[in-house]
Amino acid sequence: MRIVTIALTLLALSLTATLAWAQEQSTNPEAYSGPAWSPYLVGALIGVLSMFTFYFSNKPLGASTAFARVAGMLGTMVAPQHTKSLKFFKDKKPAVDWELMLVIGVIVGAFLAAWQGGELTGQWVPPMWEARFGESVGLRMVAAFIGGGLMAFGARLAGGCTSGHGISGTMQLSVGSWIAVIFFFVGGIATAMLMFRI
Amino acid sequence: MTADNPTSSESFSKVNQLALGLFFGLIFGFLLQKGGVAKYHILLGVLVLEDFTVIKVMLSAIIVGMLGIFAMHQAGLVELHIKPTRYAANVIGGLVFGVGFALIGYCPGTGAAALGQGNYDAIGGVLGLIAGSYLYAEASGALSQSVEKWGDRGKLTLPDLVGVSTRTFVLVLAPLLAMALFAVERFTQGR
Repeated sequence: MRIVTIALTLLALSLTATLAWAQEQSTNPEAYSGPAWSPYLVGALIGVLSMFTFYFSNKPLGASTAFARVAGMLGTMVAPQHTKSLKFFKDKKPAVDWELMLVIGVIVGAFLAAWQGGELTGQWVPPMWEARFGESVGLRMVAAFIGGGLMAFGARLAGGCTSGHGISGTMQLSVGSWIAVIFFFVGGIATAMLMFRI
Repeated sequence: MTADNPTSSESFSKVNQLALGLFFGLIFGFLLQKGGVAKYHILLGVLVLEDFTVIKVMLSAIIVGMLGIFAMHQAGLVELHIKPTRYAANVIGGLVFGVGFALIGYCPGTGAAALGQGNYDAIGGVLGLIAGSYLYAEASGALSQSVEKWGDRGKLTLPDLVGVSTRTFVLVLAPLLAMALFAVERFTQGR
């Protein structure tokens, strides 16, 4: 009787461990936690937030220009004359602006939300990435750096990112925004399928 | 800020606006995290067409924001901020953005949110975003004389293109987008 209990306990433990390992290692997004709140509610609230930013700040939500302002400020420190001579920084002065403050707020707001919901991750490599490409932090950082670089270049060329075009531009029915967001997904789906499903 | 300084009210409103930006950002980041779109697997999930949380958040935001902002604009309460349509730049920039989006697994706004929730790999992404922005600035003179001129249509909107009034277009598009959301929900069983 006792041996059976021990055997069953061991079996249960090993099954749990296997399941946990499978969950840790899966490239299937559904193996991991979903959104804490209804995505419809969150989306609707982002729509309402857009109305507030238009009314109180006369600005649409957008994120990518903030990184360009930081690039301009760093460039001004390292090579002031050269940075000042570039066309883009003549149009967008390198300074702390509304959008940069917005992005700083996003970092803090997401921290508060994750903290409140017990979802702080504290991880260098996302599990779904690890399941496919291994636990190397270096490889993940290189991919994130190159990805971030391409994304910023693409956003500047296209005129906005998933916030500026994808939410603010589309809701104002800008043709360029709808085209840009469609091609964000065309490029993104093709690349992600190559990375994860082929 | 002294009262006799002629620019004091101007600089006060500037500081005010920066504080408002921070405040709106706090809410935006809180919502992005709660909506799950700061999570790597949820963003990658939409790109491998297996998790549609991102689509649900975006379409809900578009429907509510579109109705709200055009109603407020009609009432004379807000100005519109329509980005220019440049066919070549929108398409090429969009594709380059998409490739980068899949490589990193976050977009610029959700990357900031990912960093906030403790995904430290987003630090590499932020450095990349800064480097990529500077690289674009280096090329901005040449690009503005070439790619960005191809198919430049200015502030073109979908109602202009179709040839109907904005109000009609909004009142048709909103239920269509809502139906698209119902379809997504129905055919993906919750994810």
